[in-house]
Amino acid sequence: MTDIDNAAIDATGLTKQFGGHRVLGPVDLSVRPGEFLTLVGPSGCGKSTLLRLIAGLETASEGSIRIAGRIVTDAPPRARDVAMVFQNYALYPHLTVAQNIAVPLRMRRLSLPQRLPVVGPLLPRSAATLSQINDDVEQTAKSLGIGHLLSRKPAQLSGGQRQRVALGRAIVRKPRVFLLDEPLSNLDAQLRVQMRSELVQLHRRLRVTLIYVTHDQAEAMTMSSRIAVMFAGEILQIGTPEAVYDDPDHLKVASFISNPGLNTLPFIAIANTQLGCQLGAMASASPDCTIAFRPEACATVSSGEQSDLSGRLIFCERFGAEAFAHIAVDYAEHPIIARVEPGNAARMSCDQLVHLSLDVSKLFLFGSDGSRLRHQRRAAA
Amino acid sequence: MTMTSTFDRPVRQYNFGTMSLLVFPATALLLAFLVLPTAVVVVLSFTDYELGMDGLRYIGLSNYSDMLADRVFWQSVRNTALYVALVVPGSIFTALAVALLIERRRALTRFYKVAFFLPVTATLVAMATVWEFILHPSIGLANHLLKVLGVDPVRFLSDPDWAIVSLAVIGIWQSIGFNMVLFLAGLSSIPKEIDEAAALDGAAGGIDRFLIVTWPLLGPTTLFVTITTAINAMRVFESVAVITQGGPNKATEVILYSIYLEAFQYFRTGYASALTVVFLLVTVSLIILQMRVADRKVHY
Ligand SMILES: Nc1ncnc2c1ncn2[C@@H]1O[C@H](COP(=O)(O)OP(=O)(O)OP(=O)(O)O)[C@@H](O)[C@H]1O
Ligand SMILES: [Mg+2]
Repeated sequence: MTDIDNAAIDATGLTKQFGGHRVLGPVDLSVRPGEFLTLVGPSGCGKSTLLRLIAGLETASEGSIRIAGRIVTDAPPRARDVAMVFQNYALYPHLTVAQNIAVPLRMRRLSLPQRLPVVGPLLPRSAATLSQINDDVEQTAKSLGIGHLLSRKPAQLSGGQRQRVALGRAIVRKPRVFLLDEPLSNLDAQLRVQMRSELVQLHRRLRVTLIYVTHDQAEAMTMSSRIAVMFAGEILQIGTPEAVYDDPDHLKVASFISNPGLNTLPFIAIANTQLGCQLGAMASASPDCTIAFRPEACATVSSGEQSDLSGRLIFCERFGAEAFAHIAVDYAEHPIIARVEPGNAARMSCDQLVHLSLDVSKLFLFGSDGSRLRHQRRAAA
Repeated sequence: MTMTSTFDRPVRQYNFGTMSLLVFPATALLLAFLVLPTAVVVVLSFTDYELGMDGLRYIGLSNYSDMLADRVFWQSVRNTALYVALVVPGSIFTALAVALLIERRRALTRFYKVAFFLPVTATLVAMATVWEFILHPSIGLANHLLKVLGVDPVRFLSDPDWAIVSLAVIGIWQSIGFNMVLFLAGLSSIPKEIDEAAALDGAAGGIDRFLIVTWPLLGPTTLFVTITTAINAMRVFESVAVITQGGPNKATEVILYSIYLEAFQYFRTGYASALTVVFLLVTVSLIILQMRVADRKVHY
């Protein structure tokens, strides 16, 4: 496969309404040829709708879609050369694995009379095409490790095996664009991690343009070259996983891409501290702004040292390699979560007073509308 | 271990007396209304009982041997078979076609459903008048249509070659509505995503979609519809009794009509019972066939 086969996807001003209610857009999205782009966002934010618009399963209310430079806004799915893997696989239950994978090839390589049952295989040139299809199916199945399952029906397969069949059916015809809608959400945690890396390798091997939908931030962070974070039908930020993580444009983006959560405080909570003075210049423009930081941006310090925040420990979550202390701080709506050494965590006790110091370079300031206040970074740098 | 103990408990707590008491009503009803009448019919089929006569005599299988030797019996078997062979495919394919067309037309679906379901609820005895008018040899609508098409008129109900076909058309008209509703239910149970997967896989239009998704996934529905339509068609009686009375020249004499004649016109109850037993055997074996095939095929 050459780079020419990869297709860029450009959506401009795309919107979708259901019964007068707008659920998507306006969305502007450019996916580069051969890119692995992940759409993340909470449930109901329109990820599937956007994917289905690109696939041609829904028609856009406004805006246009181009694939490989060609406008396909109103083209049927067949004319777009996209393949899609559905969340629950949507395999044909009455066909064997081999027949399932063969469907896209039969549809493309056989004429309508040749596709008919009974008479189809008897028509001239059917036999040669059919054996070619069989070879391709076998090769695809082997590459996905399901070569031994070809004669089974979907009902006789495990979730992970069905997943692979669905992938096989999508890649067998070498589409230019590959869409995956939460393909791993029905698998158990261990298989999910394994499939993650297999999908990345598959993408590297096929070098297709791939859009991957998930609401799992770990999948988004680990697999993709860029991620687009969606909220309420709009893309709030699009960039590399690092850029979105380190430099979020919006409070919602920052809080969605945080594990186990994003700490937020109204600015007044630290207004009188030294940190508050340091940030004061930027905050003065917008007095009701919010400061936000991730659990790893704060560290516990002994009472003697200078601390930015302090509060009582509510409880400590220990995960073996890391631990999170939940601390009730004045003005904070939710307890502040701080990452601590498991060794230190063992020595902490409930209700104990804990002092925290914040890493100012990992602190974000957001205005009352949730948008990022930027001068802060320049001032701190 | 825990499973067994929970299953064991009821057996230990209820003794045999309580159990029989609980099962009694259902068993009694089953015996009184199903098993007993059937048993009586089977017993009578081995006798020469005639309705109103005092005694009856055991005559072994001679009712059955009479039946096999009777030309009218074979005629009625042939007529019934022909009727079933016409009604089953006619009704199923029309009902399926109608269901497929209706499914797409959201706005008028309800109107079409009612319109096609009407014949199911209308009593045939009343509607027979309409059909007699439509099929009337000189003033009937059907012959007017044929004339427009340049075809010679047909004596639909009095021509021995056409009478059973005409009744079959009425049978199809009667059963489309019910079958259509069954097909609509079957269609609505096909996951939308499989259709969408077919569209992405390159299914070009209606024919592809029908061949890869609709027809195979409707399999269980189609099987059920086929068997119920066949059983219902075998039991054709009303239209024969009201419209043709088995004529002309026994061309529309069907099994149920023979049973009716033997039992209620000629009062040969023993012989009618033998006919009934044969009829029951065929029906029951069809039902068993359906259950066996369904067991194997419904789970893909
Ligand atoms: N066919 C439809 N008719 C009406 N509303 C719809 C339809 N499909 C989706 N929606 C609405 O559009 C919104 C976005 O749905 P969508 O399925 O795109 O969300 P999602 O981001 O994929 O969520 P999830 O992560 O739960 O899959 C939802 O509020 C949903 O209710
Ligand atoms: Mg979704």
